[in-house]
Amino acid sequence: MHRTGELYGQFQTLEQQKESATLGMWVFLITEILFFGGLFLAYTVNRHAFPTAFGVGGNMLDLNLGFFNTIVLIASSFTMAMSVWSAQTSRRKAVPAWLIATLLLGSAFLGIKVVEYKQKFDHHLIPGHNFDVTYCSRNQVACGLGDKEFADEQKEIREGIEAEKAPRMSEEEATVALNAHAQLYFSLYFGMTGLHALHMVIGAGLLLWLIFEGFKGRFDANYNTPVENIGLYWHFVDIVWIFLFPLLYLINRHLA
Amino acid sequence: MSSSQQPPLSPQPAAEQQLPKEHYLNATYGIRSWLLTTDHKRIAILYLISVTFFFFVGGIFASLIRIHLLTPSGYLVTPETYNKLFTMHGVAMIFFFLIPSIPAVLGNFLIPIMIGAKDLAFPKINLLSWYIYLVGGALVLYSFATGGLDTGWTFYTPLSSIYSNSAVTPAVIGIFINGFSSILTGLNFIITVHTMRAPGMTWFRLPLFVWAHYATSLIFILGTPVIAITLLLAGLERMFHLGFFNPAYGGDPILFQHLFWFYSHPAVYIMILPAMGVISEIIPTFARKPIFGYDFIAASSIGIAVIGFIVWAHHMFLTGQSTYSALAFSFLTFLVAVPSAVKVFNWTSTLYKGSISFDTPMLYGLGFIGLFTIGGLTGLFLACLGLDIHLHDTYFVIAHFHYIMVGGAIMGYLGGIHFWWPKITGRLYPEYLARIAAITLFVGFNLTFFPQFILGYLGMPRRYHNYPPEYQVLNVMSTAGASILALGYLLPMIYLAWSMRYGKVAGKNPWPSTGLEWTTDSPPLTENFRETPVVGWEPYDFLHRPELGLLGAVSKKPVPAHGDD
Repeated sequence: MHRTGELYGQFQTLEQQKESATLGMWVFLITEILFFGGLFLAYTVNRHAFPTAFGVGGNMLDLNLGFFNTIVLIASSFTMAMSVWSAQTSRRKAVPAWLIATLLLGSAFLGIKVVEYKQKFDHHLIPGHNFDVTYCSRNQVACGLGDKEFADEQKEIREGIEAEKAPRMSEEEATVALNAHAQLYFSLYFGMTGLHALHMVIGAGLLLWLIFEGFKGRFDANYNTPVENIGLYWHFVDIVWIFLFPLLYLINRHLA
Repeated sequence: MSSSQQPPLSPQPAAEQQLPKEHYLNATYGIRSWLLTTDHKRIAILYLISVTFFFFVGGIFASLIRIHLLTPSGYLVTPETYNKLFTMHGVAMIFFFLIPSIPAVLGNFLIPIMIGAKDLAFPKINLLSWYIYLVGGALVLYSFATGGLDTGWTFYTPLSSIYSNSAVTPAVIGIFINGFSSILTGLNFIITVHTMRAPGMTWFRLPLFVWAHYATSLIFILGTPVIAITLLLAGLERMFHLGFFNPAYGGDPILFQHLFWFYSHPAVYIMILPAMGVISEIIPTFARKPIFGYDFIAASSIGIAVIGFIVWAHHMFLTGQSTYSALAFSFLTFLVAVPSAVKVFNWTSTLYKGSISFDTPMLYGLGFIGLFTIGGLTGLFLACLGLDIHLHDTYFVIAHFHYIMVGGAIMGYLGGIHFWWPKITGRLYPEYLARIAAITLFVGFNLTFFPQFILGYLGMPRRYHNYPPEYQVLNVMSTAGASILALGYLLPMIYLAWSMRYGKVAGKNPWPSTGLEWTTDSPPLTENFRETPVVGWEPYDFLHRPELGLLGAVSKKPVPAHGDD
């Protein structure tokens, strides 16, 4: 097995090896754009078809947690970039330190996602048999809502039902329609943030490997390709979140 | 070169009667040395075995279909089982045979040697690709064995995502996983061609086989992720009752079709471009003449890849799209035929005043040009909006794509296997028997599929387990042809296997041909070349390579590369 940094047999020079690795990571990230792209297309088509139901769904996300997560992830991109810079300027000891900071921030992001997902579970917002977008408008205590929030929620649902009413549609049918369309929203919410979270978990694994190698002092100005390339991957995962946050949390948001 | 001179008898077996002492096949022994190899040549052989296995699986389903269709009220299988037969035939053939065949077998084996490198850029990822292929394949076989699939290889929703009672979930997961095998192969090829070319091997000295695989790899990396996410969504919908494609929830089945075809149309170019690359190597060799219009053939490969991404909705003309949308896709579909036609004209011009011999690879090559032209032209019939209303979902469509995928892609694959067989194994296959097999295949193929054009035009729908009695004659012809076609496939399997032990030793360059791969041993060393080659000649330059032994060749000083890099 080759240790990282040695010249692999198929290459003629270290420069060729580095060029191949970097081009390889860029091409891989292009495939990732296409991969997430399918979900973004599904989101766009459905948001266009059901704007009110998607607004109702989006308002049920916790904006504070989402905003905090965005800051956390941007900060983690900063610490990642600092790690790459440390490697490029041969600050060997700083490399794993910045990587650990990145890993901690990434883990914080994932932890908050767990909190958010749990909240969705409690509020009957997981797509499936128990999905009920009207749950919180009928269960103030179970959803932990204050009086004003509860009133706002009820108003939100009322407006959603009104928007779904086609001619000769009963109250019940409109509620079913709102529920169905809101379930589409949450399917996309879990699909997109779930896929994103999976990529972050993989990124965390890569960071762990990088930290171990970094502690051995492997990365310096002569050789820092893995740090750069995993940095590219981390930044990509960050950029995907930068798109997800406004699309899921901010469109049609009713601020207090 | 005087046209009265006879072309040399080819192939010319080696003067020496022995294989080279050390080569990639005997370098190491034991099952572990094969299952854990990172040698691109061994991985190509591993793929050869696996894709051949899936070819048999798909072929068995095809045989059952054709036997069932011998009679109008076919009573070989029930209607539900018939649905499973055509679905599993399509899934096995498309995802596990046609898409990997030429790239994973011939591409893996040849690309590093053709560019003068020791291996691909990422040999371990290459091996990983094969294992991912096996995992995907195993899941699909599991699906076949536990209830089959009856949705059509196109998995249209809501049948696939809600109503089907067949084993859809393991199948879509298997195809999803298999997609990553393609993506990694494409990624490997792209990086390899960019960074691993030997000194003097500029972009415009690359063999057209490499250009074809580069274009194919662009499609691999851009298209395959979309089918991955699409099938994942359909699978999730089936497992968790989500609603993306379910009208009852506000979802849209047409969204599935758009997402599906966004990959699956470029996928057909994945299947044909590598075969075109093979033909671009075979024709100059057996006409003993440089290929006509090298730059245009290279550019047309890229053109097909690019335009192929913007024609997908021609599969959806009858779904209720707006007339303007249909017009646009129809026009673009006509446009995508242009680069293919450029290639056909250039190959034909290469033959003009060439010194032609009809060796087996050339028979497959010439067959390709004729059958691909027919298949391609009938695609234009289907691109025509008015005609498509009549022809959509009939046997005309089936005949169209089988002419391209079997008459085109598979003949390209077999032609390539025969052409490079001496390089891969060091031995020649029996030439006369091989020519008989090629002709048998050609006859069987046309007898199988030409009647289907007529059936489709007369209105016989596809994917139906029965048909009106007046269509029986044509169906019987088709089935008869299929049995001859099967013989045409079995013969090579037998004599190629025979030749590995008893074939004549081939030597480095039996045809002879001009690529870098023919300058190295047959079979090659594990590291391909003893010394890294330095390339000083233009591709297909038969005239200035006297060392090939062709009459009329003259010496020429090595030229500096033109234009680039």
